[in-house]
Amino acid sequence: MKSDKVLIDDNGKRLDGRGFDELRNIKIEAGVLHRADGSCYLEWGGNKVLVAVYGPREAIPRHTQNSLRAIVNARYNMAAFSVEDRKRPGPDRRSKEISKVISEALEKIVLTEQFPRSSIDVNIEVLDAEAGTRCAGLTAAGVALADAGIPMKDIPVACAAGKIAGKVVLDLGKEEDNFGDADLPIAISPRTNEILLLQMDGHLTVDEFNQALDYAINGCHKVSEIQKKAILDKYQIKKEE
Amino acid sequence: MTIVPVIKRDYICNLAKQGKRIDGRKFDEYRKIIIETNIVNKAEGSARVKIGNTQVLAGIKMDVGEPYSDTPESGVLTTAAELIPLASPTFESGPPQEDAIELARVVDRGVRESQVIELDKLCIVPKEKVWIIFLDIHILDYDGNLFDAASLSALAALMTSKIPIQRMKPILENLKEKFPNIEKYLNDHPEDYPLPLKEPPISCTSVKFDNFVVMDPSLDEEEIANARLTVATDTNGDIRAMQKGLNGSFTREEIQKVIKASLDNGREIRKQLSENTGY
Amino acid sequence: MQDEKRQIVFPSQILGDVKSNKAGKGTFIENGKIISERLGILNKNSEFLNVIPLKGRYEPVIGDFVIGIVEESLSAGWLVDINAPSPAFLHTEEVPWDVEFGDTDKYLNRGDTIMAKVLKIDELKKMQVTMKDRNLFKINNGDIIDVEPSKIPRIIGKQGSMISLIKKYIRCRIFVGKNGKIWVDAELDNIERVKKVIEKIENEAIKFGLTNRIEELLKKEVRNVQQ
Repeated sequence: MKSDKVLIDDNGKRLDGRGFDELRNIKIEAGVLHRADGSCYLEWGGNKVLVAVYGPREAIPRHTQNSLRAIVNARYNMAAFSVEDRKRPGPDRRSKEISKVISEALEKIVLTEQFPRSSIDVNIEVLDAEAGTRCAGLTAAGVALADAGIPMKDIPVACAAGKIAGKVVLDLGKEEDNFGDADLPIAISPRTNEILLLQMDGHLTVDEFNQALDYAINGCHKVSEIQKKAILDKYQIKKEE
Repeated sequence: MTIVPVIKRDYICNLAKQGKRIDGRKFDEYRKIIIETNIVNKAEGSARVKIGNTQVLAGIKMDVGEPYSDTPESGVLTTAAELIPLASPTFESGPPQEDAIELARVVDRGVRESQVIELDKLCIVPKEKVWIIFLDIHILDYDGNLFDAASLSALAALMTSKIPIQRMKPILENLKEKFPNIEKYLNDHPEDYPLPLKEPPISCTSVKFDNFVVMDPSLDEEEIANARLTVATDTNGDIRAMQKGLNGSFTREEIQKVIKASLDNGREIRKQLSENTGY
Repeated sequence: MQDEKRQIVFPSQILGDVKSNKAGKGTFIENGKIISERLGILNKNSEFLNVIPLKGRYEPVIGDFVIGIVEESLSAGWLVDINAPSPAFLHTEEVPWDVEFGDTDKYLNRGDTIMAKVLKIDELKKMQVTMKDRNLFKINNGDIIDVEPSKIPRIIGKQGSMISLIKKYIRCRIFVGKNGKIWVDAELDNIERVKKVIEKIENEAIKFGLTNRIEELLKKEVRNVQQ
């Protein structure tokens, strides 16, 4: 939906004062839940996401079991109160699609051959939503999986870039997502830059796409550092006074 | 895993014979309670309550809608609870099972029957437009006693909620054509304002296993229990709601003891709730 | 008091080179580098670089003594939860009793706790356990403590030294399952004491100087009893 909203001011600053390649504020905390095998709480701009990992455990129902490896079930869900207009509880088509692309991204990075006939269940709850929830969810899932001790080739991380007012920018905020020209969320394996998740909607020239992809990959690397710090912060022992 | 080993049940009962519980609490003692409010920006009100390791998040969203035909000048309250798979290895995704439904209904009754929300003050245009309050309870971490954690988070969320005049202004303005009285309503309420509430009752849950009755059950105690009793009490020391669950039974004396312990703990919890919400 | 800690590593962290080291447990090789696949503690054992996970399921090894909880009785045996990614199977031929086909629930039911040994693991990681070994039986008393399987070696101690230390100060029977389950049988107060000690070992497993601190705690517990 286009409007006369001014997304970039005369000083080249965005609505919230960020530069073109600046991320919103991100806070990550690992190991926050008691029952879950691994968990992560993440804030990204106005997004608040909580992820719990259970597994590896026996895959039920039995017909879903894969005799050679574990299946990774990501379930992305938005709380009824997480959005402007209350959302009916339960998965809608959008949530199911996001669950699927996240499951596929995680299946690529988790060493599933170590756990035949098992499932690794990743529950992503969006508690407060503000553009970029799937990237926030997948990033938190990466931390929760590491926290649970699940073996992976890498810690997956996600970030989005987009186009607003004709310019490619990193990490769209809410109005930018609503009134911008394109949105490109991706997830990568930061060690190899392999792309695990990629979606685009909007309108980009091939050059703009490449520029946006670069921005998003760089953004991913910055977020990856924050993930790793959160994991180490949790488990380094504090010096006793 | 999620099966309670038989020897654990025996161990809990043997400890109870000596007047002890696994975590060292007294039979009528609560775990540490933490209440945090204004957690979710998008919600009109929200609160996260921890009782021990159990964690529940309640969110309030409001909308403008039609009243029920039998209460044409009252606001509407709708309560839903989700036992999301995040909170426990045993919760499944899918439509609410009977536990979630019972939980939502008990919390709803606790709020509704006690008339905590002054629903008759939520009328915008009689018979046509009222405020609809959506109370959604999200269980985040299940370690026993969801009833109390859910009720408490619902109350804390309600007590810190604001009616979203600002957010709904465009919709209310649009309705002025059809309902000119909205002009007066908007003049009387130009800004967001707190939900009109009365002093809430506090609910306290106990369970029975073997012949022992304990309050604020931990997960293990809940899993071996055969009867459960929730009692909601108010500032006057009166009983406002009760619910017995599971297929065991209580004696009259046990119920009296539970009522007394609920009154005592209810008083303490109400104090804490008041401090945390500033209400 | 020494407060050094062992090094924590996370998935994708490069630990070393195949030229100077060998890839051990919890690692994989890519482009000549040895990389951690899990969140855990780096352990150097001669030239092997291993990662000991901080958390996770039990990874069964044939011959390990474990404690299991019966999930289901089937006609030819039972499914037993041993804290592995899938349940293990206990065949009617592998128990100390003479069980007729279909009579399994007369002997073991859902919720029963047993001591067992890992008997077989096939290529698809399907496991079987056995109770046919002296000193393996169905557990009827006491309580089970759950700990991370990776901390079990620390709880046992070098050649059982930590367990012996506990038994020196507290009167109890202890059986440590490699799968992260510990059975304690004693007077109720002593079970509480043992739990406290094991919790401390679990929390401080990765620090040095642990044995001394545990001995201090045990001495304090004994003093408390005597007062």
